Amino acid sequence: MAEYLSLFIRSVFIENMALSFFLGMCTLLAISKKIEAAIGLGIAVVAVLAITVPVNNLLYTFLLAEGALSWTGIESMKDVDLSFLGLLTYIGVIAAIVQILEMVLDRYMPALYNTLGVFLPLITVNCAIMGASLFMVERDYDFVESTVYGLGAGIGWALAIVALAGIREKLKYSDMPHGLRGLGGTFMIVGLMSLGFMSFGGMNL
Amino acid sequence: MTEKTKDILFKPVVENNPIALQILGICSALAVTSQLSVALVMCLALTVVTAFSNFFVSLVRNYIPGNIRIIVQMTIIASLVIVVDQVLKAVAYDVSKQLSVFVGLIITNCIVMGRAEAYAMKNPPVASFLDGIGNGLGYSVILIALAVIRELFGSGSLLGIQILPVVSTGGWYVPNGLLLLPPSAFFLIGGFIWVLRTFKTDQVEAADFEMAPNTRAEVA
Repeated sequence: MAEYLSLFIRSVFIENMALSFFLGMCTLLAISKKIEAAIGLGIAVVAVLAITVPVNNLLYTFLLAEGALSWTGIESMKDVDLSFLGLLTYIGVIAAIVQILEMVLDRYMPALYNTLGVFLPLITVNCAIMGASLFMVERDYDFVESTVYGLGAGIGWALAIVALAGIREKLKYSDMPHGLRGLGGTFMIVGLMSLGFMSFGGMNL
Repeated sequence: MTEKTKDILFKPVVENNPIALQILGICSALAVTSQLSVALVMCLALTVVTAFSNFFVSLVRNYIPGNIRIIVQMTIIASLVIVVDQVLKAVAYDVSKQLSVFVGLIITNCIVMGRAEAYAMKNPPVASFLDGIGNGLGYSVILIALAVIRELFGSGSLLGIQILPVVSTGGWYVPNGLLLLPPSAFFLIGGFIWVLRTFKTDQVEAADFEMAPNTRAEVA
């Protein structure tokens, strides 16, 4: 149990998707003007990450990895290595799950569906989602680990975007140099936040 | 080269830069720029993928039903990235290990998707191909500039060759460690946008509000 807890803490703080790997930056910069929108998007990312990473993990272990097809019992399938198809599979799974999630939410939780609105389809092309799946493969997580990792990575990303939106709302009326208004200033803020998150780097769990 | 091709090719480099103005493809710009050699490989990979995905999307643009176009584009882009990934693993294994997940992340790089959707869906193949190369160049310019600054001042070398002799080997230059840390890329891009917008004031975003003049003198 303890190692899962430490993996969770590590993926939320030390290896924060947004602030130490810079994944999902495009969305992070574009949709962090208002806290409400940031919270909606954060929840959506947590949900999608917590589902896609374990699903991709199952697909990888039972379909794509070298020798993964041996469960079929067919002799010639024993040493088939399909891992080069990984990228195509993961993006397909992500797109499909986002679509399914959208339909399920629309049917059973219309209130949440309306809050998330346009953000759900946008998540398909969020690099944080794809990145988490690729990290999961690179680090050889098993099923439980990848579930914990997906959840933690999502919560870490949500934390970053909500914090950034909070800071930007506070800074709205500050007197920045003209060229820095908007995008330039946001970059500087994210840089400072990222420096702050680096202080978690020395932690050993 | 006619005027139009030149426009397609070089406009994205300065005037309509994908990173500084269109805010596309920032993730990789930050993560792979601490060494020039890695950044160069990344630029090459991205330019190739953007150019060819634009070309192929444009070839089939009249046959794609509108509501499944994203999936079709994704499939084309993902297949191209797989090709690039395999080639990198075969030719430059060390660099591909350093790039780790970022080659795969070209799929979700908004430049590729954005150009396919915004340009290639409406224009003929050759023009789309050039547009892809142009946007790849615009991306490369910023990536290379960042990598040169970070590697030169962060470790005193370029492409692994020592240029500024550092103190630890008996030279005079004290390397600026901050530039090797990831956040420095944010400050550099922020500063770059600041400079760009000081000279091109039309790129400054409209403010949400007007600052009222200081009225204290009249009140008193």
